[in-house]
Amino acid sequence: MKIHEYQAKEILKSYGVPVPKGKMAETPEEARKIADEIGEKLIVVKAQIHAGGRGKGGGVKVVTSPAEAEKAANEILGMTLITHQTGPAGRVVRKVLVEEGMEIQKEFYLGVVIDRSKARPVVMASREGGVEIEKVAQESPEKIVKEWIDPSSGLRPFQANKIGYELRLDPGEVGKMKNVLFGLYKAFHEKDCLLAEINPLVLTVAGDFVALDAKMNFDDNGLFRHKEIGALRDLNEEAPLEIEASQYNLNYIKLYGNVGCVVNGAGLAMATMDIIKVAGAEPANFLDVGGGATVEMVKNGFKILISDPDVKVVFINIFGGILRCDTLAKGVLEAVSEVKVDVPVVVRLEGTNVEEGRRILNSSGLNFTVASGMKEGAEKVVEALKTKG
Amino acid sequence: MSILVDEKTRVVVQGITGSEGLFHTRQMVEYGTNVVAGVTPGKGGQKVDGIPIFNTVSDAVKEAGANASAIFVPPAFAADAVMEAADSGISVIVCLTEGIPTLDMVVVRDYLKERGSKLIGPNTPGIISPGKCKIGVMAGYIHKAGTIGIISRSGTLTYEVVDQLTKRGIGQSTCVGIGGDQIIGLDYVDLLSLFENDPGTEGMIMIGEIGGTAEEEAAQFIEENVDKPVVAFIAGLTAPPGRRMGHAGAIISGGKGTAKEKMEALEKAGVRVVRNPALVGEEMGIVLGKRKK
Repeated sequence: MKIHEYQAKEILKSYGVPVPKGKMAETPEEARKIADEIGEKLIVVKAQIHAGGRGKGGGVKVVTSPAEAEKAANEILGMTLITHQTGPAGRVVRKVLVEEGMEIQKEFYLGVVIDRSKARPVVMASREGGVEIEKVAQESPEKIVKEWIDPSSGLRPFQANKIGYELRLDPGEVGKMKNVLFGLYKAFHEKDCLLAEINPLVLTVAGDFVALDAKMNFDDNGLFRHKEIGALRDLNEEAPLEIEASQYNLNYIKLYGNVGCVVNGAGLAMATMDIIKVAGAEPANFLDVGGGATVEMVKNGFKILISDPDVKVVFINIFGGILRCDTLAKGVLEAVSEVKVDVPVVVRLEGTNVEEGRRILNSSGLNFTVASGMKEGAEKVVEALKTKG
Repeated sequence: MSILVDEKTRVVVQGITGSEGLFHTRQMVEYGTNVVAGVTPGKGGQKVDGIPIFNTVSDAVKEAGANASAIFVPPAFAADAVMEAADSGISVIVCLTEGIPTLDMVVVRDYLKERGSKLIGPNTPGIISPGKCKIGVMAGYIHKAGTIGIISRSGTLTYEVVDQLTKRGIGQSTCVGIGGDQIIGLDYVDLLSLFENDPGTEGMIMIGEIGGTAEEEAAQFIEENVDKPVVAFIAGLTAPPGRRMGHAGAIISGGKGTAKEKMEALEKAGVRVVRNPALVGEEMGIVLGKRKK
């Protein structure tokens, strides 16, 4: 789960990480008031979206008065911000962070992330702050300092020391950076993050460390024990159909094609998208109804699919293991009885109770094309698209 | 032959009295798995379908001689269940649970280092040596005993591949679901090594997906240590970056972990990478046919 920069800064602040004075605004007037409260000569107005590259996309403005802050907020709020991380459609900006500008002496990178292959968190730090860490990792990996966390002891002070001296900080600065690092690490650990990153972490002219930007990604699997994090979710950052699907506990992701897919199992769902592409069409979505799906979930998944105007044909690809084929067939029929289906439906069923599932579909009187394998299913989908015209 | 589980395996089901645990225990018993015990704290002394229930895994090991475990326990308690099984000397732990917090798994992996247990999963359909032992939720009837080892991050995609093989008369020695999470127990490298050393396995199939670097690490291992033929399919060539595709571990992060990279790494190592998921069984048939010549 992602959150906004302003929310990440609030969390890190509560863990003792210095952040710029600032507050989130949803209107230009609020922005002016906040700038006034801050009372510094440099104010920054930053678009708040769940994507990076906001500066390059025109979503960050530096101003020198509350009146200018109001003007900047007016320009940014409501704009469709396009960055290399939003996709070509961009994201509509509904919130801005108004904060004091800092006098920057040096920019660093500081982050904590899970290292999957070592199965432990790793702290990464670099003197190359303010640029994408992936770029640094690719072009000059030697510029990234790494310290892996031993789960039985957590982050050790000597590790923070090591990082400080490898970043070529002087002793006074090392102490201050350690405070930031421990705050960042504790937040990561206590809130079940997958990523907690400060980029850039600036060393100000006055000699203090301040988190100029902050990003925290949370483990969806950990949300059950962090209700306060779940409450930070911003539905405006999610596609409407995806929000609806999540309410039914379905894994649904909207894509850009016209073949709607209903599949049980994430791997098979991805493979189904792949085989549709191989057959010459484009998937409209990823939808995994799961191994433990009930008739209700299957029904809801199907309805969400059908309500997507981009969908011109539906491909149901189900391998019944835990999910029984007769359960699926009943779910599809219930969905169809509640929703008007005017697109062709290609069905491929396999697995537990397959004969019963096929029988239920065939005797429904509805126009389903039944395929006996994935390859045939994908081919029939392409055929259906052609005949539809 | 097979790896990890066979007719001598004695299974304890942790969470046996929950609805998932009970349903799948009955399915496993029906398949022929030797379920010798169940554990539900507080219900020790009771029986379900004649299977004795114990309060702790340690009792199940002492009293019923359990040496493998199936964990059907909710996410909040599953990591603890894995550690209990390891602490009790269980050799093969199969954790079916989806949704265990990643940081819990960091602790589990560390805990398991000091102990001899092998963990399969979490977020897995389980492991099956057809005709001998099934620990998990897969439909037994689609499998056929044979000589192909399967290692997969997926559930139903594995069934798809197994079905393709069985329909061609190609049987499986053991099918292992390593699970869809970011941090797991046994990985491709561990299992490729076991299969390479198993006289009853003549070839392997890897079913991978986007996210992480496990397939790339496997490619390196295969180049240096594996002579038996390997066929692979990697799901998610069409997956968008930065989105979690169902599985916690299926995410292209910072441009890394794409299906394309994995396929290239595996091909470089001599693996036969199949691009169409419907043709995996056929490819293995071709590979085996060539070897016989």
